[in-house]
Amino acid sequence: MHIGHDHPHAHGEPPAGLDPHAPQRDHDDTLTYFRKLEIAVRELLIEKGVLTADEVRRTVENYDSRTPEGGARVVARAWVDPAFKALLMRDATAACESLGFDMNVFDVTLTVVENTPDTHNVVVCTLCSCYPRMLLGMPPAWYKSRAYRSRLVRDPRAVLREFGTVIDDAVAVRVHDSTADLRYLVLPMRPAGSDGLSEPELAALVTRDSMVGVTVLSPVQR
Amino acid sequence: MSAFAAGDRVAVLDVDVPGHIRTPTYVRGRRGVIEREVGRFRNPEELAYGRSGEPRRMLYRVRFAQRELWADYAGTAHDTIDVDLYEHWLRKL
Amino acid sequence: MKGYHDIGGEPAGAIPMQEHEMMLWEKRVEAMLLLLSQKGLLRVDENRRGLEAVGAEIYHEAGYAERRIQSISTNLIAKGLISIEELAAKVADIEQRSDVLP
Repeated sequence: MHIGHDHPHAHGEPPAGLDPHAPQRDHDDTLTYFRKLEIAVRELLIEKGVLTADEVRRTVENYDSRTPEGGARVVARAWVDPAFKALLMRDATAACESLGFDMNVFDVTLTVVENTPDTHNVVVCTLCSCYPRMLLGMPPAWYKSRAYRSRLVRDPRAVLREFGTVIDDAVAVRVHDSTADLRYLVLPMRPAGSDGLSEPELAALVTRDSMVGVTVLSPVQR
Repeated sequence: MSAFAAGDRVAVLDVDVPGHIRTPTYVRGRRGVIEREVGRFRNPEELAYGRSGEPRRMLYRVRFAQRELWADYAGTAHDTIDVDLYEHWLRKL
Repeated sequence: MKGYHDIGGEPAGAIPMQEHEMMLWEKRVEAMLLLLSQKGLLRVDENRRGLEAVGAEIYHEAGYAERRIQSISTNLIAKGLISIEELAAKVADIEQRSDVLP
């Protein structure tokens, strides 16, 4: 068995001229031990009638439909609608369902934690890689990395600095380790200079990383 | 009827046993405060072995001061960690 | 005895910042896990236990989808949903085919 890598660093430097943050699509054509296993297990489960090919395809499409834009819609609504925000903080699943999100696909309880001038929240799963997939899609590589999972609980301010985020000492840093059936989404603070923007314009300001809590939103330049 | 209420001071059991356990080592034996009662969930220590996970166990969010967890913590005194822990891993102080 | 997955607080290197778009086969691993869970055939907690048994080398050196398909396979064998004999025959068949990759 050869252990292949999907760690980003294992791919070496990106070709010149390419955005280092651009998606990687390499070694898609290598039939590794693990890829053979995926094909074999999937085909056997389909042959046995445990799964259908259509179910697998639709589930992949469902995952593809979940992107950070979903979380951003929820955040923007919370910024403009105090009643929605109150529901979001009390029962995030119900609040998201009221916006049309299908929350039943995943058997977990969404919990929203709010950043304030006094408290900055940041989320990790030290024991595996639990992530609010229903609103953000698949977790990024760094969230699943050994380094993030190991270090965030021990020295969160240093980890945040690696993301370019400096939290003032007057602000408490609150780490959330999602060890059970809760999934955490951070409600970032509405950025300065965003008065008068429409809800879709506000949603466009909200980044994936701000909803995990590793960044804060920059003031709007106008 | 749950064993703890928000604000109660608790300690995490400091025991070392094999098996699938959702109580991270870094909080075992440490003291924290119940932030909230989350609800009753099937016990993952049982579910992991194909059993029902019943009876359900109360889950709590427990808040720890970072300086309680790491003596040389580099941040500030008001920094905290919330961890989701099941009732049978906690005892009241 | 601390499991190799129980890493909160351990020293580690810099956070790897490069983004990685999941490949189709990696998404299929997640789709199978979700479907098996929804059908009550393989619980999330069983898969986590499986991940804690793939061995430290695969857990830390292989990719995310790689360690997860290893855990799924082992669980399905243990549950009798697929046999090692069937799996071996299927893998041998896949190695002879030219239609298996997108």
